[in-house]
Amino acid sequence: MTAAAPPRASISVRNARDPVLVCAAIVIGWQLLHELAGDVAITAPLPTLSHLLHMVGQARFLPHLGETAMAFGQALAISWIGGVVIGLLLGGHKLTGEVAEPVLVTLYSLPKVTLYPVILLLFGLGMQAKVAFGAFHGIIPVALFTLNAVRNVPAAQLRAGRAMRLSGVQQARHILLPAALPEVFAGLRLGFSLTLLGTMLGELFASQRGLGFLLMKAIDLHDVETILAIAVLISAFAVSANMALLAVDRRLRRGAAPAGHGA
Amino acid sequence: MSLAGFLRTLLIVGAVAALEIACRTGAIKPTMVVAPSAMALGVVEALRDPEFWRHFGVSVQAVAIAMVIAVTGGFCIGFMLTRVPPLRRAVSPFLASYYSIPHIAFYPLLIVIFGLGRTPLIFLATMFAMVAMILATMAGLDRVPAVLAKTARVHRLGLVDEILRVRLPAAAPHILSGLKLAVAYSFIGVIAGEFIMSTEGIGHEIAYAYDNFNNQRMYALILIVLTLVTSFNMSVFAWERRMLKRRGL
Repeated sequence: MTAAAPPRASISVRNARDPVLVCAAIVIGWQLLHELAGDVAITAPLPTLSHLLHMVGQARFLPHLGETAMAFGQALAISWIGGVVIGLLLGGHKLTGEVAEPVLVTLYSLPKVTLYPVILLLFGLGMQAKVAFGAFHGIIPVALFTLNAVRNVPAAQLRAGRAMRLSGVQQARHILLPAALPEVFAGLRLGFSLTLLGTMLGELFASQRGLGFLLMKAIDLHDVETILAIAVLISAFAVSANMALLAVDRRLRRGAAPAGHGA
Repeated sequence: MSLAGFLRTLLIVGAVAALEIACRTGAIKPTMVVAPSAMALGVVEALRDPEFWRHFGVSVQAVAIAMVIAVTGGFCIGFMLTRVPPLRRAVSPFLASYYSIPHIAFYPLLIVIFGLGRTPLIFLATMFAMVAMILATMAGLDRVPAVLAKTARVHRLGLVDEILRVRLPAAAPHILSGLKLAVAYSFIGVIAGEFIMSTEGIGHEIAYAYDNFNNQRMYALILIVLTLVTSFNMSVFAWERRMLKRRGL
């Protein structure tokens, strides 16, 4: 155990080094862009960060952050839970799955922004529309990934379940879900990103509160510092959450596949 | 037609008919959803309107420019990354989380930098679509069977010949799915941008119809955009199918 530790550590150092270099390159590029274009177009990295910290410290910023977090949280819950349930139902029944899959694929590849006005008409202005739009973005990929995951569960395991006279719910809980988990999780990760995108889109267009609203107000005021600070805040949140989900994803895959067959 | 296909058609026709009945009987108010027949009328009306074609042209042009840049650029970058493993190792964590960044948050910044014209829209759509193409290209090139590469070497093909005659065709299915994504993402970039802040284009027209409670026109315009994207995707899909069939898959 202890003998194996040093090489593994050095590998992780090397794996971490390259992304850190890229990160540094991004910051340097940002600084260069600032030198070229000036404060009017793009503020330098350091002032942006200090402005962000200053903004987060302000009392009037927090309600907006809370509003966005609330909308995103609800949308994420709907798309994760709803998507997995829909995927399990469609995947569990062969014909239903065959009927529904092309419809879902078509919906998935549509530019859903186009439908945002429809969502606004259906749900009215405000929180509900944002949640609905975010969930609408996320729920389809989660359902599609779950559907495929369930379909790829080995038939032998299902037969074993039937031999043990499991009920439908037990079958889903004890056989389908564990066998399908790695792929379902890949869907959840994608659903996370798309839900965030949908929620942000919802806030940018016709909204009275939230980070998206602050962004739109900053455009009107030509407040580049705020635009950049919020964009950086959202991106940092998105990237770090995604990295965490990726790490879980990798662990699940390692657990699922026998050694040597890992993806 | 297969049973699933038949049921699917039945389901869709049934849903449209149910919507029509619900709208006609007043169960769904026209302030929310207009009847499908009214949408169809609105489509015909819009197609006759020269003003519509101007906005449509502006948007499609932006999408086309973004798509061409994203597809060619994405392909070249993806290709380069498969050739230079250290670079790929460095960049891949960022590529993996690229789509978790809501790019639209940068649109305000792009407006400040480029001004309120077509440039920020095209830039946004290109950035949005290109990474899908990069990822698809790398996935495709990774999965070229080693035996094909060996065969190319046996035939002493030069680098260009090897790429054009062996690697590209072998990777084509993945690259085509990248193309489909690139189209959807370019449309999303352009139309989302036009919604938020723009003076022309189909997204602006939809938002304008929404603001003026002109639901019939709004639904008609949405329907036109969605039909356009879906038919493009279906033709790429048919092409993919034909290609796979020729290979006996």
